[in-house]
This record gives sequence, C-alpha cells and structure tokens, in this order.
Amino acid sequence: MRVLLLCLALLCLATACGSRPEASGQAICVAGSTSVQPFAEKLAEVYMETHPEIRIDVQGGGSSAGIYAARQGAAHLGASSRELVPAEKELVEIPIAWDGIAVIVHRDNPLRGLTLTQIRELYQGRLRNWRDLGWVDHAVHLITREEGSGTRNAFEELVMGKAEITPSALVQDSNGAVREIVASDRHALGYISVGLVDERVKALEVDGVLPTRENIRSQRYKLVRRFLLVSKLPPSGPCKEFVDFILSAKGQSLLEAEGLVGYEE
Amino acid sequence: MRSGKGIERLLLVLALSSVGSLALITFFIFWEGLPLILSTGVGDFLFSTHWAPTKGRFGIGAMIVSSVLVTLGALVLGVPLGLACAIVLAEFSPLRLKQVLKPTLELLAGIPSVVYGFLGVLWLVPLIRDHLGGPGLSLLAAALILGIMILPTIISISIDALSAVPDLYRDGSLALGATRWQTVHRVVLPAARSGIITAIILGMGRAVGETMAVIMVAGNALSLPSSLLDPVRTLTSNIALELGYASGRHREALFATGVVLFVIIMILNLTAAAVTRRR
Repeated sequence: MRVLLLCLALLCLATACGSRPEASGQAICVAGSTSVQPFAEKLAEVYMETHPEIRIDVQGGGSSAGIYAARQGAAHLGASSRELVPAEKELVEIPIAWDGIAVIVHRDNPLRGLTLTQIRELYQGRLRNWRDLGWVDHAVHLITREEGSGTRNAFEELVMGKAEITPSALVQDSNGAVREIVASDRHALGYISVGLVDERVKALEVDGVLPTRENIRSQRYKLVRRFLLVSKLPPSGPCKEFVDFILSAKGQSLLEAEGLVGYEE
Repeated sequence: MRSGKGIERLLLVLALSSVGSLALITFFIFWEGLPLILSTGVGDFLFSTHWAPTKGRFGIGAMIVSSVLVTLGALVLGVPLGLACAIVLAEFSPLRLKQVLKPTLELLAGIPSVVYGFLGVLWLVPLIRDHLGGPGLSLLAAALILGIMILPTIISISIDALSAVPDLYRDGSLALGATRWQTVHRVVLPAARSGIITAIILGMGRAVGETMAVIMVAGNALSLPSSLLDPVRTLTSNIALELGYASGRHREALFATGVVLFVIIMILNLTAAAVTRRR
C-alpha cells in the first residue's frame, strides 16, 4: 500500500518494456536517470542495429526510480547519475562513464570562469548581482534542478557542502529545460551535464579549469561524477552482452562522441 | 423482466465502481499523506515556508500562498473576459453566430495544457523578461496562461446559466421600456447569479489543479513571491516536479501536499454545490 504510486509507475514501465524481464530474454529494459537517458538511447540504437533480434527500451524517471526499478526487477538495468547510498549497495554497480557538471551561462556573457567558492556563494544567494562578478548591474537568474535529481545531488555534494541552495532559485526539471532557459536569458546561470552543453550556452571555467575531456578524466576539473548502471543480479545473457558492448572500445567511443568521458581506458 | 433486472444490477455495479474508485483514491491519498502531516505538525506543515524534503524540512506555506495568488491572478483575467464573452453570446449575438462561436471557444478546452505551457515559454516569458524585468518565468506568466485556460469553463457554464433565465423576465423588462443592456444588467445577470458564481468556482478549481502549463512558465522557486515578476511554485507543480525522484518521507510529503490540494478542491466544489442549491 505504501508504494502504490511507485507500483503504478513500475506497472507502466513493465508494460512499456513489453514483457516482464524474466519472461523474455530478447527485450532489455533500461530505466532511470534523465541525465543518462539520452546516452543510453544512443547506445541502444547503435546496438540494435547490429543485433536486430534484441529490443532495448530506455525509460527516464530519475536515478532513484531507476535504482528502485532495478531492485524490484521491473527493469534489467537501472541508470543512475548519483552514487548508491549504503542501503542500495547490494546492487551490482557498473560504472559506464565520467560526467562533468558544467556551470553554464548565456553566450553573450563575457565571464570566463568562477571559483568554486563564488559558485557556492551564488547558489547560497549571497552573491546576487552580475556586477559583483565584474559584469553589468543586473540580478543573476539562478537556475537549479528539483530536489532529488541526480544532477542536483551531485552538484550539492561537489559544490554546496553543507550549505543549502537558496529557495529563490528557479527550478527546472531536466537538463534540457535548464539549457533552454540559459540559452534564452542573458542573465541566467545554471548547471547541466557536460555532455549536453551545446553552442547556444557557454560552459565556465571552475577554479580556472575548463570542463574538457582531459580535465574531467584527470579530475583536475572539480565537478565530476560517475554514471552508473545497476542491476539486481550480475547481468547475464543479452543483458550482459549489452553491458559488455557499452564497456567495449566501441561503446565507450560512442559515449565520448556524445560528450561524456569514457570510464574504461 | 428478468433481463431488465440484470441490466439494472449491472448499471448499479458500474455506477458504484466509479464512486468506489473515488473513495479508494481519497483513502490512499490520506493514508499516505496524513502520517507525515501529523508527525511534522499541522501548523508547521501548512505555515512554514522551509521546504527541503531530503533534509527533513516539510513546510508548504510558500506553495499554498503561491497557489492562491496564481489562482486569483487567473480569475482577475479570466472572469471579466469569460463573462463578457458569455453575455455577448447569450444575449446579444444572433443564433447563427452563437452556433459557430460557442463550439470554437470550447475548443480552447481541448488544447492540451502542455501546448499552453510551450507557447507561454516561447512567447510570453521572453516578453515579460524583456519588457517588465525579472526572469520572465513568474507569477504573472502563470496567471496569464491560467486565465486563458479557464475561459472555456467560465464561458460555457455562464452561457448555460444565462440561457436558463426565462424569456418572460426579458420580455417583461423590455415591455417596461428598459433597453437591452439595462435588461441584461438589471434583470438577467442577477437572475443567473448563482449559475455564474458556480462557473467562477469551477474555473477556480481548474486553475488550482492545473499543473503542466504552470510548471513550464512559473519558474518553480521555493520562496514567497514579493512581486508579480517573481517565480513561484504551486502545490501541484511541487508534486509533479519531485515525484519522479522521491522516496520514503519525501514521497509521503508529496502525498501530504496532495491532501492539502484535495481539501482545497473539496471546499471549492462544496461551495459550488451550495451556491447552486440555494437558487
């Protein structure tokens, strides 16, 4: 009874996935983090081209929902953009990539970079004006993600420490929505997965380091997190083949081409 | 004879199942939400504005205020427009025009709310940001979008209320030498008052419950708004935004938000029912 709603969500997942995992070996269901979703979709698309007998369904829903789904067996693989908490450690954890969190501003913003402390003070609501950062006299339009989001979770851990994000920050529910607003608002500041930065927004240096591939791999760039796949049991059958594909040179270079940084060297 | 009995039973079962599902929904919302409200304390839950569910702070005060403000804003825009529309259509326009216009206006209700939200983000939000200031995603944007969204509800129910006024009243008023407008203003509108109030209350219910479009244009910040241009988060947005990620106490808190919404909607509907009955 306590999990009525999640059960409903899982039911949707299960139906969307065509069949229950144990009933069919030919359909793989991946569910979870909205940050991982576009990359998982790309991987699935390429994999299905060479393996037409296998169907891979990729669902969003958020890291926690993905982990929950994997735990309940509603999805073969859960995708997470946050680390597992101790209670979730019994799951099999497969890191697939590094992802940087880029702090982004509008193209027209002349600012080149911020220090970690400045970012924290901005998100605490202590720095409120672009003038304080050496630009025009105009309020900073802060954009953050909703409570519970994997990206927000990682951002809070990496940047905020114990401090809380100011309640006056705008809240958007996806990387795409944050990017959309920053792209259209000259005075906005937000954070999104590096893989999703495009030419309409500008990623800032953090402590003088740009979120480039080398800097993320070497962890010289400070805001780095892992993308994980989780499953209840060690993957087997077609599921294992798909995971092997992701970790293979081909899969990893696909992720790199999409803007992430491969986990396997 | 016997088959008639059977069909009667079948219909009864079907009718009861819809009532049953309502009862189940009510039961589950309260079952899931009430424990958290009670453990947080009703006062703290309703009046605190500190919402940090992953850190154990559950205060939805700012969201209640925001929901009320957004709804009032929508009414300020929607009621005069909708009422004017209804009066023109019911009292002043020829039958042919009415036959074309009424279904057209009702089409407004058929446009999915995500489309309203999308148009709002593309057109309305940049307009507000560039000409009035602020981040554009704001109380004002949400109220404007909702104001348009509640028009069909207000218009169609008001038209029904106005049409239900017997022609005898109009004829009597006109025979006494009153003009068309005086008739509408002094006779028809007061006679249709309870129906029009019902229309407004139902429009209000729609505004309180609308989610998708509001999430897209309201900015969803957690603080109390201090001006029309500040971003706000309504009760419905709160649930929709965070449900995907919520677990444990956080999820209960969202159900508790649902309990508050449920109570608000119940109050609105009961008021509407009471107003209609009094006529």
